[in-house]
Amino acid sequence: MTRPNQTRTTQTPTVQTLRELEARIRDLESTAVSTGQDLDSALTPLRAQLTRLRQQVSMTRWERVQLARIAGRPTALEYVERLTEDFVELHGDRAFGDDQALIGGPALWQGRRVMLLMQQKGRDTKDKIKRRFGSANPEGYRKAVRLMDLADKFGLPVVALIDTQGAYPGLEAEERGQGWAIAESIQRMSRLRVPAVCAVIGEGGSGGALAIGIGNRVLIMENAWYSVISPEGAASIIWKDSAKAPEAAEALKLTAPDLLELGIVEEVIAEPTGGAHLDVDAAAAALGEAVSRHLDELAGQSPEEWVSGRAERFRKLGAYRES
Amino acid sequence: MALDKFFRRRRPQVNPPSEADTPDLWGKCPQCKENVYLRDLALNAYVCPNCGFHHRLGATKRAEVLLDGPIEIWSGRVHPVDALNFRDTESYPERLARAQAKTGRPDAILTGRGQIENLSVAAAIMDFEFSGGSMGSVVGEEIARAAERAGEEGLPLILVAASGGARMQESALSLMQMAKTTVALEALSKRGLPYISILTDPTTGGVTASFATIADVIVAEPGALIGFAGPRVIQQTIRQSLPDGFQRAEFLLEHGMVDMIVDRRQQRGELAKLLRLLHPASVGVAAPASVQSEQAP
Ligand SMILES: [Zn+2]
Repeated sequence: MTRPNQTRTTQTPTVQTLRELEARIRDLESTAVSTGQDLDSALTPLRAQLTRLRQQVSMTRWERVQLARIAGRPTALEYVERLTEDFVELHGDRAFGDDQALIGGPALWQGRRVMLLMQQKGRDTKDKIKRRFGSANPEGYRKAVRLMDLADKFGLPVVALIDTQGAYPGLEAEERGQGWAIAESIQRMSRLRVPAVCAVIGEGGSGGALAIGIGNRVLIMENAWYSVISPEGAASIIWKDSAKAPEAAEALKLTAPDLLELGIVEEVIAEPTGGAHLDVDAAAAALGEAVSRHLDELAGQSPEEWVSGRAERFRKLGAYRES
Repeated sequence: MALDKFFRRRRPQVNPPSEADTPDLWGKCPQCKENVYLRDLALNAYVCPNCGFHHRLGATKRAEVLLDGPIEIWSGRVHPVDALNFRDTESYPERLARAQAKTGRPDAILTGRGQIENLSVAAAIMDFEFSGGSMGSVVGEEIARAAERAGEEGLPLILVAASGGARMQESALSLMQMAKTTVALEALSKRGLPYISILTDPTTGGVTASFATIADVIVAEPGALIGFAGPRVIQQTIRQSLPDGFQRAEFLLEHGMVDMIVDRRQQRGELAKLLRLLHPASVGVAAPASVQSEQAP
């Protein structure tokens, strides 16, 4: 597994122009509303220009992967700080230890009682190392299972924020059954008698991501990716050269629009132009609105419907033909 | 796959091979480096008579070794497609065509119904010879259908894992098979039917992190490499060499991850003993009349 490439910290001039144009349009629109003036003659050409510019900044898949890893991209806790109250982090798997990469606990999500599960990458270098950049050990997944037990017992819908390059590929992780822990988490989540809404907020790497990804709804932020393997991992298998990651990213079809087309996610959550890191409050508002809306839509169902809905959702995923 | 039908109905623990399968040749055992008469190897469930090394088996041979008689095949009607238009050094359809020609099956999985010491079971056998047993949509779908059909017919499920993990060429669709197989296996849990997995060399990646390790009982073959991350990736992470025997079946038994290691030549007997204890009702399930069946629902 490779570590985030954080070289791309500046926005491109095109994105800058786009953001300025958006701001001008917003100003004109609010002026139109507050003064009652008809400003359409001014707004129409600006909107047309905006459409053109947005097409120009359409990104390659690899550029999106880099955006998902860019320095300053909000981590799970930055969203949680903006969207929840009274988050009580619960610790430990009661067997071995407390994983810092996969954390969780009950909270109020925009006023709704939920059980949060999330991968936390870390904010500064020390924090990132402590959390292994969001790559959980088996005790992380076993803690998730424990928290899902609590969610069932207390009727708390589960909200999972996914952001990991994958489960931690360490020697001790293997000794403690990394594969077993992920499999148990997938199974436990599929059996939840409460609704679950998952959102890939940055990176969705392989089984380590899927372990908390068994939602009745699975959402993804516009510049997040979700795949069976990282582009670097695929490149080193295919071309024996992780520098071919851009080619691998294209082949893997791992972007949010790709996943929507494949039916793997229900919704792509729009990010501020240029990426969530350029306006964390706006990104959080979009994530909060989408997750809350899906929670509210699911709220009217029965435990049996939540279980069967989730099972049917995943049962039908795949592409094949019959003879 | 036609070979599956050629085998005699009742045979001793160690099955004689068909002539077409084993030309009379000598081969070198990769473990003890001794020359082994291949016919002797086949007569010994493909376990080296000299050192006990368990050779890797394709799904057809595995079915012969595992079951009393021929397998009534369920799989084969689900075919892979190139949904992502995946291109690397060659196209996914080219890779698939090569693996299909080599193995004679649509994808890396054989499922069906058979007997183990006269107990009827559903069997799902991964085929390492097909693209390293990688798990794509077809493998997931066939395992899911086998689990559901076992549930409907009241059969225990025996799954033989042999896989390098998920199939990269199906990207996230492949990843989702981990979830799909997990939800389909509920068909057995709900009906109180045993689910036993046999982890063979190698069982890694997404297979280890899904259906293979949520079995009621996990059996491993001696010396099999079993793990989530590959040894090379782990070595890159920890930057030191891995201990001897790391991720081998014996290591996993020691760490509490598998229930038992069973020599391939004793597997049928051990499985039958377990099935009779866990699910006495299996004893009463009659063998099916037909050999080829219609498609699973
Ligand atoms: Zn030998």
